Amino acid sequence: MMSPHILLTLPILFPILGVAFCALFWSKKAVQRFISLIASFGLLGSALALTAAVYDGTVLATNFGDWDAPFGIVFVADMFAAAMVLITGIMAVAVGIYGLNGNIEPKENAFYHLLYQGLLLGVTGAFLTGDIFNLYVWFEIMLISSFGLLALGGTRAQLDAGVKYVTLNLIATTFFLITVGFLYGITGTLNMADLARILPTLENQGLVTTLAVMFLMAFGSKAAVFPLFYWLPAAYHTASAPIVAIFAALLTKVGVYAIIRTFTLLFDGDAGYTGPIVAAIAIFTMVTGVLGAAAHFDIRRILSFHIISQIGYMLFGIVVATPLAVGGSILYVIHHIIVKANLFLIAGVIDRAGGSFDLKKLGGLYASLPMLGVLFLIPALSLAGLPPLSGFWSKFTVIKASLDAGHIVLAASGLLVGLLTLYSMLKIWNEAFWKAAPAGGTESVRDWQADRKTKLLMLTPIVSLAAITLAIGLFAEPFVDFSMRAGAQLLNTSAYIDAVIGPSHLAAEANP
Amino acid sequence: MEPVFAIVFGVMVAVAAYLLMSRNVLRIVLGLLVLGNAANLSIFIAGRLDSRAPPLVPVGETVLVGGANPLPQALILTAIVISFALVAFTVVLFQSAHRRLATLDADAMREAEPELQTTAGPMKSRRAEEPA
Repeated sequence: MMSPHILLTLPILFPILGVAFCALFWSKKAVQRFISLIASFGLLGSALALTAAVYDGTVLATNFGDWDAPFGIVFVADMFAAAMVLITGIMAVAVGIYGLNGNIEPKENAFYHLLYQGLLLGVTGAFLTGDIFNLYVWFEIMLISSFGLLALGGTRAQLDAGVKYVTLNLIATTFFLITVGFLYGITGTLNMADLARILPTLENQGLVTTLAVMFLMAFGSKAAVFPLFYWLPAAYHTASAPIVAIFAALLTKVGVYAIIRTFTLLFDGDAGYTGPIVAAIAIFTMVTGVLGAAAHFDIRRILSFHIISQIGYMLFGIVVATPLAVGGSILYVIHHIIVKANLFLIAGVIDRAGGSFDLKKLGGLYASLPMLGVLFLIPALSLAGLPPLSGFWSKFTVIKASLDAGHIVLAASGLLVGLLTLYSMLKIWNEAFWKAAPAGGTESVRDWQADRKTKLLMLTPIVSLAAITLAIGLFAEPFVDFSMRAGAQLLNTSAYIDAVIGPSHLAAEANP
Repeated sequence: MEPVFAIVFGVMVAVAAYLLMSRNVLRIVLGLLVLGNAANLSIFIAGRLDSRAPPLVPVGETVLVGGANPLPQALILTAIVISFALVAFTVVLFQSAHRRLATLDADAMREAEPELQTTAGPMKSRRAEEPA
């Protein structure tokens, strides 16, 4: 059994070393690939160890620099945080292998692996930190890496997308920083466990609600909720397949994680005010996302809009705030990361084999590559929520929880959006796989069939992720159980606070 | 002192908002700079401005008495470094976007999201009245 200090530090140590060594070997791409893969596997391994350590419901915490809890920076892992780190590790390895084949356009750039590890570093740090200012720093690390990855190709479309993506995200994080400043001003602390203790005792609860709404705007913009999602469909489709897959898997989910974390730990007192706002946001996010997808014929743009649409479901937990709903949200995040990243990876294969991302130029792929069709249907139908795939259980839990709590409109729009999602997925199926192949379309398929090494590197992660989707669907019990316990743990904040503040709890109380 | 700083903060946010709403990407960069500095100022005010003594603990003591709050200074230092790096990146990105797309108008940059055929009508007319 490793000490919590090591368990909590290893998941960020591997990406940090990955960044450092990739920078050292910046001119040698073969070495970089090797380093990046080792670091990703290291992240996955340490995430597994961390998840095993918190599986029984313990909360691990460590103080950096040995400063006592409210004064130094702390790292905390409860079941939710550990699960998110684990899923980040799985994605790091899957997309890392997929990206090995020189699929980055144009030609694998010298900075790709460095920025990739930087992105993982920022994401993992954001999941583990227990300090709100430190969260801002991880956000920025994640952002600057994603800026770099997006603009890596330097094509006209990417530069255009970069302008919008960078501007809107910088505004959102600066707004987050201002909110952190205000929060510090009224509480005098930045430690999240300490904040959870102090915020309910404040006299001016109106100010606390104001801060809650400001955090909702700052994190909501990261999570791409209505009406703050514009940066996402403007940018995602311009990046190459592995980059957009890792973006789709992790970036918005960090925003969702931050919303769930702050609204269960810090602002659980004023659910009466923020609850209806979040409910409206969730409904509009689901509906606008799915309608936006219906308008497009580029696979990447359809899938990008579906990211937005699915974020709405993840907010159910905050609206309903029962253990079932919060657990459902957690299950939804986990399921969605796997399925959505897999769909983008498959889109990359469709582009390779079919020669385009544009549905109008595709066709006949089911005749030439029937296995790819099956691989596409698994995540596609899971995204729409068909049983017995992972999407069914996650949709079922959040919708049941909202019905139990009497949120009829929320549940109804969840069901309706599920149907419309199915429509979009069938559109991709019909256009890319089912309809007759366009003239001269078989040449790229032959190229794809001939390149065995690329095929292996691109299909291994897709098959593995599809297997995880099937596993969550067919053996749902342990996953649902884990999410439910993680949800209950989020709503009962005393374990988190005790783990962080611990022995110095009374001392801090004595000297206000 | 706090009310004065609070008003300055508000004015800076207003200036930043005005600049950010511009279509000219140069003004957008300036807006981001001003907004970043406004954020730093807000942290500074949040730490209270009641002392001008340097936050040093005298020899033999273990507790800081009457010094300025050192935490906001540490936070702002971090934030300044981050915002400097991000703005530097933004300037380079906007500059290369300007070079490749030959425009400084954010609305005219439609490379990533070309106008859909179905909605070409109203979009076209807006493009016609673009400033030179």
